[in-house]
Amino acid sequence: MQHYSFLSLARNALTNHQNWQAAWRSPPLKDRYDVIIIGAGGHGLATAYYLAKNHGVTNVAVLEKGWLGGGNVARNTVTIRSNYMRDESIPFYVKTVSLYDGLTKDLNYNLMYSKRSMIDVVQTYPKLREIRRRMLHMDLYGATYEPIDVAELRRRIPSLTGGGPGSRLPVIAGMVHTDAAVCRHDAVAWGYARAADDHGVEMHQNTEVRELLRDANGAICGVETNRGTVRADKVAVVVSGHTTTLTETVGLRLPLKTFNLTAFVSEPVKPLIDVVVNCPDIGVYLSQSDKGELVIGGAPDPGQSFRRDIKQNVFEDAVCAMLELFPAFRRLKLMRQWGGSLDMAHDASPIVSTTDIPGLFVSAGWWGGFKAIPAGGFTLAHLIANDEPHPLIAPFGLDRFNHLDFILESGTTIAR
Amino acid sequence: MLLLTCPFCGPRDESEFAHGGYARKQRPDNPQMMSDDAWVDYLTVPDNPMGPVREKWWHVRGCGTYFTVERDTRTHDITDEGESHAS
Amino acid sequence: MPASARRLPTGGIIDRSKSIGFRFNGKSYSGFAGDTLASALIANGVSLTARSFKYHRPRGIVGAGHEEPGSLVELVGDEQSANQPITTVRLRDGLDARSVNCWPSPHFDLMGINQLFSRFIPAAFYYKTFMWPNWHLFEPHIRRAAGLASAPDALLHQGLYETRHGHCDILVVGAGPAGLTAALAAARAGARVMLVDDQMQAGGSLSGLAENLDGRHALQWVDDVVAELDALANVVRLRSATAWAYREHNLIMVTERAPDEDHVFQRTWRVRARQVIIATGAIERAMVFADNDRPGIMMASAAQIYVNRYAVAPGQRAVVFTNNNSAYRVAAEMKAAGIEVAAIIDSRTDIDDAARSLAAGIEICQGQVVSRSEGRRRVKAAVIRSAAGGSERRIACDLLVMSGGWNPAVHLFSQSRGSLRYDTGIEAFVPDRAVQACLCAGSASGLFTLSGAIEDGAEKARLALRACGLDSPNAKLPTTVSELPYTIEALWHVEQDNPAAKSFVDIQNDVTLNDVHLAMREGFGAVEHVKRYTTAGMGIDQGKTGNINVIGAIANRAGQDLQDIGTTTFRSPYVPIEFGAIGGQREGPVVLPYRHTPITDWHRQAGAEMYEAGARWRRPGYYPLKGESFQQTVDRESLAVREGVGVYDGAPLGKFEIKGPDAGKFLDLLYTNVFSTLKTGMGRYGLMLTDDGIILDDGVSFKLGDNHFLMSTSTGHADEVNRHMEHVLQIERPQWQVMITTVTTQWANATVCGPKARQLVEKLCTDIDLSAEAFPFMAMREGTVAGIAARICRVSFTGELSFEINVAARHFAKLWDKIMEAGGPMGIVPVGSEANHVLRVEKGFLSLGHEADGTTDAYDLGMGWIMSKKKPDYIGKRSVEIRRAKDRPRRELVGLLIDDPARLVTEGAPVTPEGRRQASEGLVTACVHSVALKRSVALALLEDGRARIGQKAHIRMKDDVVSAEITAPCFYDPDGERLRS
Repeated sequence: MQHYSFLSLARNALTNHQNWQAAWRSPPLKDRYDVIIIGAGGHGLATAYYLAKNHGVTNVAVLEKGWLGGGNVARNTVTIRSNYMRDESIPFYVKTVSLYDGLTKDLNYNLMYSKRSMIDVVQTYPKLREIRRRMLHMDLYGATYEPIDVAELRRRIPSLTGGGPGSRLPVIAGMVHTDAAVCRHDAVAWGYARAADDHGVEMHQNTEVRELLRDANGAICGVETNRGTVRADKVAVVVSGHTTTLTETVGLRLPLKTFNLTAFVSEPVKPLIDVVVNCPDIGVYLSQSDKGELVIGGAPDPGQSFRRDIKQNVFEDAVCAMLELFPAFRRLKLMRQWGGSLDMAHDASPIVSTTDIPGLFVSAGWWGGFKAIPAGGFTLAHLIANDEPHPLIAPFGLDRFNHLDFILESGTTIAR
Repeated sequence: MLLLTCPFCGPRDESEFAHGGYARKQRPDNPQMMSDDAWVDYLTVPDNPMGPVREKWWHVRGCGTYFTVERDTRTHDITDEGESHAS
Repeated sequence: MPASARRLPTGGIIDRSKSIGFRFNGKSYSGFAGDTLASALIANGVSLTARSFKYHRPRGIVGAGHEEPGSLVELVGDEQSANQPITTVRLRDGLDARSVNCWPSPHFDLMGINQLFSRFIPAAFYYKTFMWPNWHLFEPHIRRAAGLASAPDALLHQGLYETRHGHCDILVVGAGPAGLTAALAAARAGARVMLVDDQMQAGGSLSGLAENLDGRHALQWVDDVVAELDALANVVRLRSATAWAYREHNLIMVTERAPDEDHVFQRTWRVRARQVIIATGAIERAMVFADNDRPGIMMASAAQIYVNRYAVAPGQRAVVFTNNNSAYRVAAEMKAAGIEVAAIIDSRTDIDDAARSLAAGIEICQGQVVSRSEGRRRVKAAVIRSAAGGSERRIACDLLVMSGGWNPAVHLFSQSRGSLRYDTGIEAFVPDRAVQACLCAGSASGLFTLSGAIEDGAEKARLALRACGLDSPNAKLPTTVSELPYTIEALWHVEQDNPAAKSFVDIQNDVTLNDVHLAMREGFGAVEHVKRYTTAGMGIDQGKTGNINVIGAIANRAGQDLQDIGTTTFRSPYVPIEFGAIGGQREGPVVLPYRHTPITDWHRQAGAEMYEAGARWRRPGYYPLKGESFQQTVDRESLAVREGVGVYDGAPLGKFEIKGPDAGKFLDLLYTNVFSTLKTGMGRYGLMLTDDGIILDDGVSFKLGDNHFLMSTSTGHADEVNRHMEHVLQIERPQWQVMITTVTTQWANATVCGPKARQLVEKLCTDIDLSAEAFPFMAMREGTVAGIAARICRVSFTGELSFEINVAARHFAKLWDKIMEAGGPMGIVPVGSEANHVLRVEKGFLSLGHEADGTTDAYDLGMGWIMSKKKPDYIGKRSVEIRRAKDRPRRELVGLLIDDPARLVTEGAPVTPEGRRQASEGLVTACVHSVALKRSVALALLEDGRARIGQKAHIRMKDDVVSAEITAPCFYDPDGERLRS
């Protein structure tokens, strides 16, 4: 792998950058691999990388129906955090944050990982109580969450001028998650792909898996693609919103529904917000990219959807919520908006699991899955290599549904 | 924002409705007679097609009717306007 | 240079009688009404108007509309706005604008030093460096350098944003020749028509053309059409209104920037149309050659617009660089306006005679290309050579206009999910298959002649009318003069002679041809990869003039067709839209409409702290007296209930009347326990689950009569319970005869509680026997209280004797006053939700959200008795059974008495083995200072808690471990004698 550094950049400048190598190879598609990973998104590529690096499994093909990194890793709002509530979840996300911390150097790819903290803007007392509960539970695992008062919150987010004492929902407190970060989302996919390639993993774009294949014993034996049959004894489905589309080709039904979640960015402006701002009570979150765009997200669309689009009413809810706290943003302009398909499990927590079909693995139900990429890949690789779940994802198996043992992170009395 | 046709009020913007959930099979009359697996499956495993799916809408900011439509999840085309369940 | 150095003596659609003063980068200038900032600056001879995003190269005005990639300005003062294309800013008195992203000015920009380092910072360089020691060291500098303008920080001073709905049969987007023709035909046929256009004046491309229709100036035809449309009642015409998003089910978002009403600053329409005609025209494409970004290098159509519409000369000596016919006319019109046209450089091998004759007298360099430009702050010369390479020739000029051909503006069509097809005839992506009810007309569908656009507008109107069930009357279409046919030979870029040259494919984001090639070399070959790796097309202009050249460059390098490369996704909005215009007037109290009780004013006057109490209700939390601390207030209110009498406002409690022959059966299905056996006048506490077996709500329901119940729910869950009940009734049990009526706001209630409650109520109510024998706990009686018809319920959430007095909401204020008056001598105290919380914790009563967080069930809460064994089914039964069949420790509700009786802990704090930092074994759900026990008490959920009563538990706080004794979850009157008294 060509090493990236300031020196290599300077050296290549002398030859007008004509000598940079491809970040990954384009080898011919073989007819058999040890492991096939379906989906060259963040989770799929990370899984391939850790399979090769941590477990020495290098005869791996990542099959992607479109372009590498074109799924939700290309369309998320880049927040990395570990402020969860339940003992099942917190250690997993603490792990993902710690992996992200060293990832730029691990991959020799600048992910522009910016540990800029997240501030929860609290506007109701029930939310404050819940968030304090998170604080103390996170502390058990070394994740940081620090309360701040309203004056300090306004000092850290000067453009948050709404939510005053007479407003609809006055701001009552803030909570700072100092571990939270943002990073350049596309770079995560590209960095993992380049490093996986360096370990011998093959990435095949424009290779659409149409069907999973089982042998006479019912075990998985390969996949049927638009480029022919590819065989492997272990196949992992890591395709976000399209999980069930694939698993149903072998009659495997999963507790997943696919939803559309949208995000939007403003025009680029000079530095305005230095932290990730999360406003759970009013329903919006935002941060500013290094390019200067505000990256803003709200609630998912109601109803199942594979149409990556914008629902105007949902979008307006998010805009109005933002303007309530940031009234000066009325004069700021929307520049671009988009949607992404993701699947949500019945209990809204992820699934990293073996299945009833020997050799078939799924990683699905990622809901805010960008932050989970390193730990998701790390643990799925462990599961594929050892056929045993890593302790961090042991609670997230499909078997939890057999006893309706939900992992409820929403903090409410209602599952969804 | 979908344009949904309420069986009583006619075509209205989605913002008048609340999504009523995936239209799973009719709730069994006697769940006690079902195996655990069958109940868990009924409860947690939905159809999730790239194509028409049956779902419920509640005209909560209107007449209060629940009704079921069939909507294509790829296009939002309403493939069957359905009808209300109230007798 | 004198003020109007470049203003042509005649022509243009500007008002020369109205001079307008404005400021740009701190200097004063003047222009005319009808000018844009761009045309006024050109008139004043200002050509260096910007610095580029990354390299800080000098930049000028490139376009004439939204597509402008070169110059962005920020407006200061009342009209404050960031990143406005200079070409879209209408000139008005007092306009004050400055260039973005340069300091101190575009003439002398300190960051211009970046040009020296440009070879070290190709596309995506940042992924390869800034890793040591870490990104944090570099990020602040990168952030400051990026970002273009500063964000506006002032609120709108005059006018407001608003939103509204629009409904029509046919929406026509674009009032150019095709759109006007279509709108007129539709309007005459009687359809409800909306015509929206992003310019103040209708006419579209005709405004920039010296064109005749029906033998007179085309704009006269435009005026006639507009006059007819404006006179028709079935037409809504919006000016300066951009359609920026095409959503599902034919919903189109349109924002009007200059509505007629003075008080409206901008207005956004949500237009639902049966049919949409997209007549959005076409956008000219830039040419890609070395240094194609210098000030003075402009789109040919923009030069034409400046000459014809604004009567300004963007240069004195022009060179035209084209690969198609359209620029010949520009050359001819520039020449006619007195601009010297030095040469037309045409890369094509074949040029038709019609084009040659139109440009008579101008040198035409066939098969030649501009290989680079010269100049620093303004173009000085075009260097040309044969397309195949070879010797160069230098042509001096101060204006280099370029036309790389035209792209139909397919943005809205593509947003509607219509597919595109690459048309090799016009070398452009054109609309292919529509999936919503829309049609593209005129140049938006790839018809680049005026006659073609007009005919197509009429035809598309006919189709749209037919789809609406309307006939289209025959009408004579205006006649055009003979036009050049549109012919083109694609040229996506000129081959660079110098490998280090900068040939920009995206002028706004400073992306060069080399960047595209670098991306491909490194494996980023898909069009989306190139976009993301180089950032091409991701600027304010979203690549309107340049994206096609990126696709062409990829196709060239990959040896593929453009059809196979495809486009990047066309995303909304078509142009940037202010967030204020999206939100409209949904702000302040209406952003989340809130509910308040009939006596909110009384609470406020009593000094209550009011806050959100769930389900958007605002309720009093506590009523501090002067000088009282929070704890003192809560203690005082709690103590009043324990020892005297208190009253609280229970109006927000969810209330439903349930009626019908199947009402009892219905409640039996909803609740875990049995209600059908209830006697009239009696109530029962019930627990409601979802079919997932998760606690949904709890509350008391009374039987009012045969087949008639009154259900109360918790405040926060009333809406959810309503949804749940209607769902069960309408979807699961449609054959059952039950009606549900929400009466939450019809009945308000005051709950009088405390040992003296009966004594107080007796003073106000004489027609009900209030004795414990005649009116026992969990009974309900109807009568009058203070002369008001009332339903009194004996329920208790505090553990004390309580009377919940329900009256019609309109009488509630009177009731409340009477209670306060009668209670005065007894020392009655209004009680807020904080004291209520203390009282219920002392009693160990369940509070959803505290003790029920989705993981606990009735057994865990010590309420196994409520899970009926008799009923074969109720909602949630099966799931709870399955969950409990798994043998795993359950977290059970217990009480905790902290060793230090003065210590309070945070609600939600974890309990861990010995207080170690490890997975929790439970949590504190509530912790208050008990007025009854005069010490802190807590409730907790704890693994196998009931078996551990008497042992110690350890609460893990951040800084210490708090030890507590595990007790039963009730600290006060465990037998319930007081509430039954």
